[in-house]
Amino acid sequence: MAGRSIEIILSRQLADCLNVPVFIVDPEGNLVFYNASAEGLLGRRFEDTGEMPMEMWSTAFHPTDEDGKAIPPEQVPLVNSIKNHVPSHKTFWINSFDGKSHNISVTAIPIIGRAQEFVGAMAIFWDNTSNS
Amino acid sequence: MKVILHGTRGAYPTSTPDNQKYGGDTPCIELIHNDDRLIIDAGTGIIGIDWSQYDPKKRLDILLTHLHMDHIQGLGFCKPLFDPNREVHIWGPGGSAYLLQTRLNRFLSPPLFPVVLRDIPSQPEIHELFNSKIELGPFTVHSSFIIHPGPTLGFRVECGGKSLAYIPDHEPMIGKTKLYDDDSWVSGFDLAYETDLLIHDSQYENEEYMKKIGWGHSSMQICAEFAARTKAGRLVFFHHDPAHDDDHRTQTFESFMSNNSFDFPIELAVQGQEIEI
Repeated sequence: MAGRSIEIILSRQLADCLNVPVFIVDPEGNLVFYNASAEGLLGRRFEDTGEMPMEMWSTAFHPTDEDGKAIPPEQVPLVNSIKNHVPSHKTFWINSFDGKSHNISVTAIPIIGRAQEFVGAMAIFWDNTSNS
Repeated sequence: MKVILHGTRGAYPTSTPDNQKYGGDTPCIELIHNDDRLIIDAGTGIIGIDWSQYDPKKRLDILLTHLHMDHIQGLGFCKPLFDPNREVHIWGPGGSAYLLQTRLNRFLSPPLFPVVLRDIPSQPEIHELFNSKIELGPFTVHSSFIIHPGPTLGFRVECGGKSLAYIPDHEPMIGKTKLYDDDSWVSGFDLAYETDLLIHDSQYENEEYMKKIGWGHSSMQICAEFAARTKAGRLVFFHHDPAHDDDHRTQTFESFMSNNSFDFPIELAVQGQEIEI
């Protein structure tokens, strides 16, 4: 079987310890893990959703800007980090699975491993709605 | 394939009388298949290798899991390195900001060592490994990065239809006493999967581990769970803590075994032990 790279495994172990929402994606953009804090923000447990392809998670939460205009997937920070292997940051609105609206700030970083290969990306969320 | 355990102790070598049952030298194992040999790690155990069994005309390959002192301390005292007619290859982890050669130079140079690496008579060739697969004679070697501070590799060696996984320093779950349920999230899983023999870090007791989280080592409990999950055929507890005498190690092992049940044999590594796979 193909195990995950050590950098992604360690990212998950870090995310497990954090009390801020974290998404972890593989090089293809599949959402392979989100932590308990992200479950609170998204309104659904990772055990229930399982992994999600990028096409699903990048639109499932209906990201919109301050004017309520839909944000195209390529402008979502984590998608940008996956496609271009660069850090990315944005503040926008999402709707969680339970219908709640959240204003969030997202910082995404590419994960470059020891062998200089791109092994995935990680996004950390800040819920401005609940933290304001 | 035969394996000889030349060094089983972690951290630092010890020569106290109460640490001689399992041995006082630091990690080094030797794999033998017919006339071919392969050495993994260069702790002080490497000094005890019987070099008279080696054909001086054959190349010598030494694999290093990582560069912590207990895994390289014997390198400067490895006799073939000082034979100008010997072809020596040293393989170790890449993935640092500094080349493997540069990092080895830090140890093999004054003031830590009198001879600089470039002046070592055999002029060893240094090769960096990542998540790699290489062929060394009859040995197929797979290397993968595993969880341990600094660039650290685990090895899987296949030869003659048999397999060995050697993961002497490994903390698969930092701060937890149980592995993730999904195998793909377990560090080193592919290396050990269905190997005939797994030699794995087991330095701590559970309670001890909780005081040393992030130091890069496993408890006996997590080591055995790792072996069970990877379906290893046989497990050798390795990297004994030199801070504990052998009676303590024996008692810990017996207590662990009396409270747990596994469907594969488990034993404590003994320096000098020969294991036929």
